[in-house]
Amino acid sequence: MEPIAYTAANGWLGTFWLLPAIPLASAAVLLLLGKRADRWGHWLGVLSVATSFVLGLTYFFTLRGLENRSGVELKLWDYIGVGDFKVDLGLLFDPLSAMFVLLITGVGSLIHLYAVGYMDHDPGRRKFFGYFNLFVAAMLLLVLGNNYVMLYFGWEGVGLASYLLISFWYLKPSAATAGKKAFLMNRVGDAGFAIAIFMMFAYLGTVDYAEVFNGVHKLSSGVVLVMALLLLLGAAGKSGQFPLQAWLPDAMEGPTPVSALIHAATMVTAGVYLIARSHPIFDANSTAQTVVVAVGALTLLMGCIIGAAKDDIKRVLAWSTVSQIGYMFLGVGLGGAAYALALIHLLAHGFFKAGMFLGAGSVMHGMHDQVDIRRFGGLWKYMKITWVTFGLGWLAIIGFPGLSGFFSKEPIIVAAFEREGWTAWLFGGAALLGAGLTAFYMTRLFWLTFHGPERWTDDIRHPHESPKIMTIPLILLALGSVGAGYLLSTSVPEWLTPVYGSEHTEHEPVMSHTVITILSLVMTFAGAGLAIALFNKGTALAEQPAGPLVVAARKNLYTDSFNEAVFEAPGRYLTRALVYIDNRGIDGLVNGLAAGVGGGSGRLRRAQTGFVRSYALSILGGAVLVVAAMLAVTFG
Amino acid sequence: MNDKLQLPNLDYAALSPMLILFGVACIGVLVEGFVPRRIRHGVQLSLSLLGLVAALVMVIRQGSKDDVVTAQTAVAIDGPGLFLSAAIIVLGIVSLLLIGERSLETGGAFVAQAAVTANTDADRDQAARTTGATEVFPLTMFALAGMLLFCTANDLLVMFVALEVFSLPLYLLCALARRRRLLSQEAALKYFLLGSFASAFFLFGIALIYGYAGQVDFKAIDTAIQNSANDDILLYVGLAMLAIGLLFKAAAVPFHVWTPDVYQGAPTPVTALMAACTKVAAFGGLLRLVYVGFHRTEWELQQVLGTVAVITMLVGAILAVTQTDIKRLLAYSSIANAGYLLLGVLSVSERGLSSSMFYLVAYGFTVLAAFAVVTLVRDADGEATHLSRWAGLGRRSPLYASLFTFILLAFAGLPLTSGFTAKFGIFAAAIDAGQTWLVIAGVVSSAILAFPYLRVVVMMWLSEPGETTPAVSIPGAMTAAALVIGTVATLVLGVAPSVLIEATEHAGIFVSK
Repeated sequence: MEPIAYTAANGWLGTFWLLPAIPLASAAVLLLLGKRADRWGHWLGVLSVATSFVLGLTYFFTLRGLENRSGVELKLWDYIGVGDFKVDLGLLFDPLSAMFVLLITGVGSLIHLYAVGYMDHDPGRRKFFGYFNLFVAAMLLLVLGNNYVMLYFGWEGVGLASYLLISFWYLKPSAATAGKKAFLMNRVGDAGFAIAIFMMFAYLGTVDYAEVFNGVHKLSSGVVLVMALLLLLGAAGKSGQFPLQAWLPDAMEGPTPVSALIHAATMVTAGVYLIARSHPIFDANSTAQTVVVAVGALTLLMGCIIGAAKDDIKRVLAWSTVSQIGYMFLGVGLGGAAYALALIHLLAHGFFKAGMFLGAGSVMHGMHDQVDIRRFGGLWKYMKITWVTFGLGWLAIIGFPGLSGFFSKEPIIVAAFEREGWTAWLFGGAALLGAGLTAFYMTRLFWLTFHGPERWTDDIRHPHESPKIMTIPLILLALGSVGAGYLLSTSVPEWLTPVYGSEHTEHEPVMSHTVITILSLVMTFAGAGLAIALFNKGTALAEQPAGPLVVAARKNLYTDSFNEAVFEAPGRYLTRALVYIDNRGIDGLVNGLAAGVGGGSGRLRRAQTGFVRSYALSILGGAVLVVAAMLAVTFG
Repeated sequence: MNDKLQLPNLDYAALSPMLILFGVACIGVLVEGFVPRRIRHGVQLSLSLLGLVAALVMVIRQGSKDDVVTAQTAVAIDGPGLFLSAAIIVLGIVSLLLIGERSLETGGAFVAQAAVTANTDADRDQAARTTGATEVFPLTMFALAGMLLFCTANDLLVMFVALEVFSLPLYLLCALARRRRLLSQEAALKYFLLGSFASAFFLFGIALIYGYAGQVDFKAIDTAIQNSANDDILLYVGLAMLAIGLLFKAAAVPFHVWTPDVYQGAPTPVTALMAACTKVAAFGGLLRLVYVGFHRTEWELQQVLGTVAVITMLVGAILAVTQTDIKRLLAYSSIANAGYLLLGVLSVSERGLSSSMFYLVAYGFTVLAAFAVVTLVRDADGEATHLSRWAGLGRRSPLYASLFTFILLAFAGLPLTSGFTAKFGIFAAAIDAGQTWLVIAGVVSSAILAFPYLRVVVMMWLSEPGETTPAVSIPGAMTAAALVIGTVATLVLGVAPSVLIEATEHAGIFVSK
């Protein structure tokens, strides 16, 4: 492989540091000015992200006009420089980060706009926009860094913003707990990521992307494998993948725009970004890639199964996110041409999932914050715009021909079948089964919400459509869900050529493309049809007894219980034991020592009598001792 | 045999700092006689400050010249000597600000006629009304000039003369407290008696060394140690006696017994002067004695004085734990700090020298700031030095409690304060010199010593202010200046110590001629 090199940013591109700087400044203004910014703060928040989007577009087109599109670098300042240990803060704008910049700021602008309406009655709206801007700034830093330490800065920044926003309504115990859970589970992943960075320091002496990637081939395969698996652990934490998936559905306790932007469209895809960015490391070790594929396949099935058993509209969407990111992991794990496929799916998913979350918010807005899909039904008559936009998102995610999901998910399934040997059947089969299950649970969600008999709670007379400020973003995102797939599927691979190269060794899939496509369409229609048949007449208002699989799915496949039994309970015992040791052993020792010193001090003090004669005696005694000691040392 | 008296050759430029100070002190005595009482304080204060600044200018001018040994071989004006002189002068200026302060108490901290019997009506009368003695200024100048001479003395006799020159004014100054004068006079008498006792040891040591080497200047002693045929007993007993005399001034255990009583009894500005300047002078002299005259007995010194250092650090720290008076607490802290400084002396290396000098300056500024705060916490009966009176000070006077907290943290050696950089330098030098056991004792002692400091912090911030918690007086301009200088220096030397470290390294080593 030829060495990776980036050119220095100059001209208009030399100002691309503005991208994260503008939302950051806006966040600072909103959070520091306090109540004085209450009246106009939310508009500043929207404006800053929109400005970044416009700037991002200009940078995008400037980069496209360059002859060498491999990426431009911007040195900011030396961060750490101690001996050989050197980290320079710098930014990198290459095709991959440009794509993410447009997704973050584009979808981000729409969701910011939507939030102006959604948070209208919330007294903390200014603070909300402050945190929201902070998130956008951190996320942009994450994708724009030119080394792993910068990436880690952004990584922790989005973690912080996510924590603050999940527990935004912190007076609600469930929201506070969910925030903590997200934070703690992310720590596990972050620790892995941090150790991976330490390993880069230890083995390569650098954390710069270019130098790390160019140096990977010098490392032994064991080191590369460990490094890649640690990066994967970090990615799994941030993206809600097995085994660190449990926090993501709970994160839905935050306001709906947060769920849409952070926990569907952008932050949770940071794990995919991390792997896509570190592709030379993963490419260098096929075992690591297989692990990524396995994690993706397992998670996508888990997400589908659990999603099919949930009744909370946002939880279903959350598990669906887990499952869709599973597809992306599957894609990046396959490597080669599939990197681009995974990223296409990431972009398309950003549109349709954000749209559906905002649609769910719109439904909740009209239904007194009800989230239980068993208490919806027949809403299509009352919320036409929400119905249509949500419907387009639904068709997109299940892979209905012509919509974006079809163009983005199908190729991943095909690519999974292109693997060699039995793993093609295993992972391809999982992806195919996932398509059917996705169609089932998404159709169930859509049908129970918008169709069938009305099963509302008594206090709702006339559900109303949301105001324009909320429906306009819905419409724009729906347009994206429809059109994006086709546009992206041709342009993205070409755009990403400077990152992933253009030549990929193609394996023939174990079945022909046509067969796979037909099979997947059959699965999709079967799943959707089954769901419509089952739920056209509505559903029971309370939870019904069910078979073991459904019960397990309702309990998140017992993953929470597993965490509780294996990590939480021993952890509790460990802390208790430590407290005991601390109280009895360490404190005893410390207190004993302190008592000893205090007692000694009290006794010594008595020598300080205040009489000159005893002082003189002390000096004389000391003098005799010093002289004697001197003689003893010399002649002894 | 030439019976004409040979006049020594004097380099007046090199000697000018101490000559200026001696001159100012003499003029100050004349001012006492001829200037009207009304303006005497102002005249004395400005004269002394001007003198100190002029002396500092001369020190700095001399700094760019070569090392000089003048007055035959009696005085060595070299890099470290000049650095220590400058340190004494600068710390002296700050102490003088505290000594000259008169706004905290009518007439200042000093009594006008110390001879009036304490606790009589006449005494109470003058304590309430009369303005204080202005003789303190010439006395201070004599003391400072003596300290300058002490740090640059190149033979034992001059060193002894300088020792007495700076000690005698200090004995007097200790007795001049306006409040609690019995305590003050008792302290002065104790200091004088014990000081004389220690001087006798020093003098006896000089005699023994003269008997061994036949000379009293350091270079000759060094040569004699290499090739004298005399009995080594003379050398080592003499050396031990000399060390005892200096360790007394430096307040090392077991020669520290005077310190708490004197620190507590003396007027607080004088305590500040002793804690800052006397410490520099005593260690300056000790450094020169060891580094120039006796570095060939390094191993013996490290064994004996090392033990003294360990005992000093530990006893000082342990005794500080149970103190109930802030001035006594600071006295024991000063004793423990003498132990740390001994580590620098015993390293007998360039690094030991430079880190000791850094430590002296850093500690001097911090301790001046600490005593400046002590002068401020007062009620109708004068300073409230009992620690119980400081309870809840953080509520009453958050600003001064914060400053004092910062100062205590600096004493405890927290990073970002000069206390950390100074201790680090000393400990690193001792490790370099292979004196690991001393460093272990030093670290243990620092840990113990953190307790009494933090106890004061806890008391100031976490206790409710009691009925008897005094409010802090608004400082006059001079005390405020002293407090600001001390605190800022503590912060700056903690955050950006490199400037002073470079100066200490630039000072080089003692000249040996």
